[in-house]
Amino acid sequence: MKALSVSKAVTALMLAGLVLLPLYSQLSGNIFILTLFTRIVILALAAASLNLIMGYGGMMSFGHAAYLGIGGYAVGILAQEGVGSGFIQFPVALAASALYALVIGALSLRTRGVYFIMITLAFAQMAYYVASGLARYGGDDGLTVYKRSDFSGLIDLSSRVQFYYLCLACLIGVIVLIWRIVNSRFGLVVQGLRSNEQRMQAIGFPAKRYQLVCFVISGTMCGLAGALLANNTDFVSPAVMYWTRSGDLMVMVILGGMGTLFGPVMGAVVYLLLEEFLSQITEYWALIMGPLLLLIVLFGRGGILGMLGRAGRG
Amino acid sequence: MLLVVEQFLNGLQFGLLLFLLAAGLTLVFGIMDLVNLAHGSLYMMGAYFAATFVAWTGNFLLGALLALGATLVLGIVLEVVALRHLYGRDHLDHVLATFGLILFFNEAVRLIWGPAGLALPLPPWLTVPVPILPGIHYPAYRLAIIVVALLVALLLYLGVMRTRIGMLIRAGASNREMIGALGINIKLLYTLVFGLGAALAGLAGLMQAPILTVQIGMGENILILAFVIIVIGGIGSIRGAFLAAIFVGMIDTLGRAFLPNLLRQILSSTAASTAAPALSSMLIYLLMAIVLVVRPEGLFPANRR
Repeated sequence: MKALSVSKAVTALMLAGLVLLPLYSQLSGNIFILTLFTRIVILALAAASLNLIMGYGGMMSFGHAAYLGIGGYAVGILAQEGVGSGFIQFPVALAASALYALVIGALSLRTRGVYFIMITLAFAQMAYYVASGLARYGGDDGLTVYKRSDFSGLIDLSSRVQFYYLCLACLIGVIVLIWRIVNSRFGLVVQGLRSNEQRMQAIGFPAKRYQLVCFVISGTMCGLAGALLANNTDFVSPAVMYWTRSGDLMVMVILGGMGTLFGPVMGAVVYLLLEEFLSQITEYWALIMGPLLLLIVLFGRGGILGMLGRAGRG
Repeated sequence: MLLVVEQFLNGLQFGLLLFLLAAGLTLVFGIMDLVNLAHGSLYMMGAYFAATFVAWTGNFLLGALLALGATLVLGIVLEVVALRHLYGRDHLDHVLATFGLILFFNEAVRLIWGPAGLALPLPPWLTVPVPILPGIHYPAYRLAIIVVALLVALLLYLGVMRTRIGMLIRAGASNREMIGALGINIKLLYTLVFGLGAALAGLAGLMQAPILTVQIGMGENILILAFVIIVIGGIGSIRGAFLAAIFVGMIDTLGRAFLPNLLRQILSSTAASTAAPALSSMLIYLLMAIVLVVRPEGLFPANRR
């Protein structure tokens, strides 16, 4: 009981902090912190989407950054071609990510374990090289998004605060959706497949179909993060899809606590704040971050939420 | 004709280099079941050590030898300090921990050697073109890489298949508890295998160094290639790694060399020149995807259990 309450209290505190952040930013005049946290919230959304298949479904996708790129390029390319409406851009971004996830998932789910990790990675690398070859849309140099998605009458993305709240609303919406999914019959089957695929198949569930649907939902959510990210940086480049980015997302999930609702959000907040904090003390921040990750793996099973749980218990 | 032979040899040379990297990776992965993303960092360290030691000693061979030793020692230290605590853990733990090591090594290199890349100049006797066929010359250094890598491949094969240590390594790959129960010092064996893998990565790095610039992050792209190779070849299989490495090296090199011309036959020349680089970079990933879809265990899976 007590163990639960410590991690719950920290989670609640973090959420309250995220909701109140623009207020703090306005009062203190610190605009940078709002920009930083917009990025954190978007990447938390991406990490949460990865957690759905990795934490609950046992599918270790090492190519999740591809959806960030696809969502981002959908917005960037449409903007470049003169389609500025967010009501078109965002659905296209989601549809493109879903379609990519459907194809990649159908092929990748034929393999398992490390092979699955590697094949998802390979497909993401292909997406990376395709984007690098898009000469019309900047190629290697990336594509500048001159105008943010236009949701006229609803919300103004050029307002920092409104954009932040849009991202936060998307994050919370996605987490609620994940919560609903993992507690539904569908979600229970997917989690059952993680623990024992043969048994689930013997009971009569078409394993691959369930996993594929879950994979597509996850990819679509991450595509949303990509569309938001392109709006945040006003820029999208192949680098968003590079494999180290997928590694970053994985790190956030494991760091926060895999297979927990708020773990990935906490992971993203801690990872990106740590990066920011360390890079302010020293230019060589990764020199500290790297061994820190190693130590977390060695001594911090279950990520931050797991550690908080143990701290509460002990 | 000249171009074809030259590109063919380049492909062979690149493939053999990839094999050195993939062999170490598949040894560590097949035997210790450790997914080591930091393998590419050892490749990078081999190149940096070589550039440094060659500059210090003024002798290419001596510097290369010292660099090889340094990478071996580094690998052993890494295993003892960090990685041995990860055996038996989830693959994801490996990914996270060794991802941390990549960050560490990249930054350490930036701190020690600075952000600019290094060059590793070749001694004059390695820069002469060697006649290989009547009228066809090939750079001596690339030829040397082919010879050294083939030699190492042969030694590795004999070492793993014909010696007692190799027998233990293979036994350890199929059943680690059993060889421990037989009184073999598994800890030491694992440390040695990891050191060997590190030295192979270092060798690949130091041999590649004079051809490319020695720079931060140089191991990351090629690490993915090495993973592609062991996945295509079948995890834990040295023979599979060898064949897949040659195959991937050839496809990558020949694709880059000839794809633009091939595409120009079909597409307009501007479309071809934009599509070709992306397409040739994708070729091997495409190959891997096809292999995995058709044969999910790779082409030459090691005989397991």
